[in-house]
Amino acid sequence: MLVEIQNLRIRFPTATDHSDAVRNVSLTLGQEKLGIVGESGSGKSLTARSILRLLPSNAVVSADRLAFDGIDVMRADEMVLRRIRGARAGLILQDPKFSLNPVMTAGAQIAEAWRVHRGGGRKLAMRAAIDLLAQVQIRDPQHVAQAYPHELSGGMGQRVMIAMMLAPDPELLIADEPTSALDATVQAEILRLIEDLVSRRGMGLILISHDLPLVSHFCDRVAVMYAGRVVEELAAADLTRARHPYTRGLLECLPTLSHQKRRLAVMQRDPSWLEP
Amino acid sequence: MIEIDGLSVRFGRTEAVKAISFSVAQGESFGIVGESGSGKSTVLRALSGLNPDWTGRMSVDGQALTRRRSKDFYRRVQMVFQDPYGSLHPRQTVDRLLSEPLLVHRMDNVERRIMRGLNEVALPTSIRFRYPHQLSGGQRQRVAIARALMAEPQVLLLDEPTSALDVSVQAEVLNLLSDLQQAHGLTYILVSHNLAVVAHLCGRIGVMQSGELVELLSADDLRAGRTRHPHTAALRELSIELEEPETA
Repeated sequence: MLVEIQNLRIRFPTATDHSDAVRNVSLTLGQEKLGIVGESGSGKSLTARSILRLLPSNAVVSADRLAFDGIDVMRADEMVLRRIRGARAGLILQDPKFSLNPVMTAGAQIAEAWRVHRGGGRKLAMRAAIDLLAQVQIRDPQHVAQAYPHELSGGMGQRVMIAMMLAPDPELLIADEPTSALDATVQAEILRLIEDLVSRRGMGLILISHDLPLVSHFCDRVAVMYAGRVVEELAAADLTRARHPYTRGLLECLPTLSHQKRRLAVMQRDPSWLEP
Repeated sequence: MIEIDGLSVRFGRTEAVKAISFSVAQGESFGIVGESGSGKSTVLRALSGLNPDWTGRMSVDGQALTRRRSKDFYRRVQMVFQDPYGSLHPRQTVDRLLSEPLLVHRMDNVERRIMRGLNEVALPTSIRFRYPHQLSGGQRQRVAIARALMAEPQVLLLDEPTSALDVSVQAEVLNLLSDLQQAHGLTYILVSHNLAVVAHLCGRIGVMQSGELVELLSADDLRAGRTRHPHTAALRELSIELEEPETA
């Protein structure tokens, strides 16, 4: 198993007490594509980031098991974590505007990632960077390698980000809302690209999103989170047969182009969803 | 209610909006869809008076718009933005945010209007003295809508009003917008890249691509696939493909 999470709990201290952000989550991931879906504050990002131990410093984490490829992430020191973060597990965030360095060219950033993880000279790394840009289907990789992030569109920036994450040839890719800042057309292109690269390289993928139907097109399995808990886990193809009222609510409240709804269904939240 | 004829907007040498024309009747909802950079938000900004560098003719309620607008214009035409976190003053309470338009337009009964405003967008009065950061995303967008309604406008310009919200909250806000339109006979122009959202709220839709209005069609025609321009057809196809959950 690439990722094993058993009974993960993440809580944050508050002025008087503490708040539970993630409660008793268990997930496993092999060489497959897992979607984690939920609304803001459902704990989906925290769950995925806990694998890299990239959590806010005041987070109190406990788990029966939290392992990446057999390595116990809970007990690992910074040295061990550095050999996982970026190198064996890459992270793609929502907005490339904030995750790319504004004063370095796209090529230089990818080359830097290459050299940090794989060594080698500048020229070799730059050649590798251009090759990676071609792999993320950028038509003119030479030209884009010379460009600064502000000269790139959102979709192009996200491709650069993906190229940078692929440089160390990781086994796992965590994509946290990778297309929420992009147009529908570009969104589909980027997700198809991620899906294609992950399948061809035999990687594991965790795709985090709030868009349930969208995720089902690009993942094998979907875990639905609500208030820090996984309330339902099912094969992407079985989504229409979802049983939990929250999952069904997520699907029913969407306006659709194919059939008109006079009024959108509003989710009636049941306090019993908070019970385990 | 709104007539736009040959509107062009330039930023330096680039023409962001190229001589577009459309009209919106009183009480109607008109939608504009297009990708980023197609010029859809620029149309709204020119109409609302946020961008003075436009040419062509625009009129609201029979009055031709000039570069400088009257105070009354800014009362009758209000705008709601995508991200309520960016459009609400972070150091002002909801009470202050809602009373500002009333002070600007010298309206009376401030107390009663604020309570009614909160009630209208289904916000509890307990949030009246909270700051924006103490509210959820959906509550913030409701405050932004309540503020836009304070001055009793005729026209609401909505720029991606639900794109930053969770889908369950989006449904509530879209329902709220339909109810408010019914109750006040408001005229809407809704800009979004989400075809399903636009078709849900609007009867007629304009499709923009690189600054041009390439097609005007009814929501029914869009749903049924009676499109004439290839860009409309492409946007429609993608939207339908991705909105349905995958089935085995």
